[in-house]
Amino acid sequence: MTPVATPFFFYLLAGIMIIGGVLVITRKNAVHSALALISTLLAQAGLYLMLYAPFVAGVQIILYAGGIMVLFLFVIMLINLERSIRERQFNKQWLIGIVAAAALGGLFIAVYTKGKTLFPAGRATYAESQNTQGVASLLYDPHTGIYMFSFEIASLLLLVAIIGAVVMAKKRI
Amino acid sequence: MGALIDYIQSYLKTNDVTPGAAGNIFWAFVYIVLVFLGLSVAVIAMNWLERKILAHMQVRLGPMRVGPHGLLQPIADALKLLLKEDIMPAEADGLVFWMAPLIVVLAAFTVFVVVPFGPTHAITDMNIGILFMLGVSSLSVLGIVTAGWASNSHYPMMGALRSSAQMISYEVAMGLAVVSAILMTSLHGLGLYGIGGGAADTGTLSMIGIVQAQQEQGVWFVFKFFPLGLVAFFIFAVAMVAETNRAPFDLPEAESELTAGFHTEYSGFRWSLFFLAEYSAMIAVSSIAVTLWLGGWLRPFPGFHGPSLTIPHIWPPADPSAPTGALDFVFALFPGITFLGLAALCFYSASRMPKHPLFKIQTVGLAGFGAALALIGLILFVPPVRDRVGDIFWFCAKVAAFMYLYIWYRGTFPRYRFDQLMKVGWKILLPTALVVFMVTAGAGIVGFLIATGCALILALILTGIWRLARI
Repeated sequence: MTPVATPFFFYLLAGIMIIGGVLVITRKNAVHSALALISTLLAQAGLYLMLYAPFVAGVQIILYAGGIMVLFLFVIMLINLERSIRERQFNKQWLIGIVAAAALGGLFIAVYTKGKTLFPAGRATYAESQNTQGVASLLYDPHTGIYMFSFEIASLLLLVAIIGAVVMAKKRI
Repeated sequence: MGALIDYIQSYLKTNDVTPGAAGNIFWAFVYIVLVFLGLSVAVIAMNWLERKILAHMQVRLGPMRVGPHGLLQPIADALKLLLKEDIMPAEADGLVFWMAPLIVVLAAFTVFVVVPFGPTHAITDMNIGILFMLGVSSLSVLGIVTAGWASNSHYPMMGALRSSAQMISYEVAMGLAVVSAILMTSLHGLGLYGIGGGAADTGTLSMIGIVQAQQEQGVWFVFKFFPLGLVAFFIFAVAMVAETNRAPFDLPEAESELTAGFHTEYSGFRWSLFFLAEYSAMIAVSSIAVTLWLGGWLRPFPGFHGPSLTIPHIWPPADPSAPTGALDFVFALFPGITFLGLAALCFYSASRMPKHPLFKIQTVGLAGFGAALALIGLILFVPPVRDRVGDIFWFCAKVAAFMYLYIWYRGTFPRYRFDQLMKVGWKILLPTALVVFMVTAGAGIVGFLIATGCALILALILTGIWRLARI
């Protein structure tokens, strides 16, 4: 089977992501921003597919594009859009902006020039048919499951956030 | 040219892979076209059947004018919708208004990429099949929400908010029910209670793999660990009605309160896209239910073959690995018999048509339709065809049963109130799904009876604590 992970698809998906990301911050209408963010997230799922990680791509679609973004839209629709459109969209923070841009740009240049030594050359050869099982064995296998602890810590963080939201939303528990 | 023909034929030599898995673009394209056409025909048929069945449930006749027994009514409707003016409200958000029906239609049709109509009759088989189906079908709520918002009108907005709240709530219970079915693929014992076989092995998320697991274990998952599978199936069957916004959970488009809910402002072609998406989403979730719990393409009693039977030129099938029992032969005749039965129904109705000259065209048309059905039925008896359509027939028959249930619900149940809907979703379906999920996992590890006993004791203790806390 010929690989689909060709540079064409990478540039296509990366282009969609960049355009979507720019649209997210430049659109005045919050719903348009959210839709641009959804297209970015879907293109990201496509990139995961190109890395032969279909499970991560599926979870990305279910969680981000399907779940979280629907809640985003739900909230955005309840706020007053007319007022937010009249508000000023960008702050003038030239100094911090230049520093952040320079740092990010330096990082990009460093990765571009020294990338060959940092990252292994060649295509990922993980068998696609084993991806789900591979994720499971990295998480739960008694011998190879090295990420179990960090995974559980991350979910505990989410639990804390949920309880915090309930505490803040309810006056009397 | 020769290379092209070789490329096309190379897939036919492979016996046990889907075109997508074989990487054959030509056959994948053919399958996509076939599935798309089949789906469109199914939606058209569903449109007619829903009106007729609903009408007969309410002791009416339903459409009778356009074509014999209203058979051409869906086509007339489609023409009307295409010719209708496509109105966009003045203050609507143009781009989003335009995009919303496309999102819904894309989400509803894309899921059919992994639907397994047979061991090789699917567009492709993904390692993450069921996850893909749930993920993509959950995108349709985005289309509904944006449709309601972009219309810039009150009723659509209310409908969109209702629908997003409803779909998100029921997705949770639905997901848990699906997980407990996926769990069963890894519990490799045989029969109802998983006797004899390893406690836990690697399971699968692939749609084809799930059906094959049911075949190997010799039980449909709806009966496995009875009644656990049945309860999980019931939760899914309720949640899928809510997911597709159908009666009795059709609050997003409750016509007595919200005119038509999220698609109030849509008309013409765009409205017909919503209609198409709704029905194909119904077919999609029904096929998830069929695949996960009802054995997918497997015929009833796939383990019983009966005595070996040989009829020259007719039975056994050409494929040497196919089963050769007498029972297999009887079940292989079902597709043809079904179509012949439908044809007989048409001929009977044609004979009962009024013998008035004005009804001549209608009578001839109905008889002609019956003749076409009879021809299809006869073609389905030809051995090579018969051996290949068996899987597809059983899958479609099971899905069709679900579609009938959808109509039946609509004819039977009154609409829920919104707080009742939320109560059913969060307070009944979700806890039940959680318990079923845990007991299924426990049943795989320590055995069914111990797990059920522990769950019962735990439930008793928890109810006791709850009662005490309330006093």
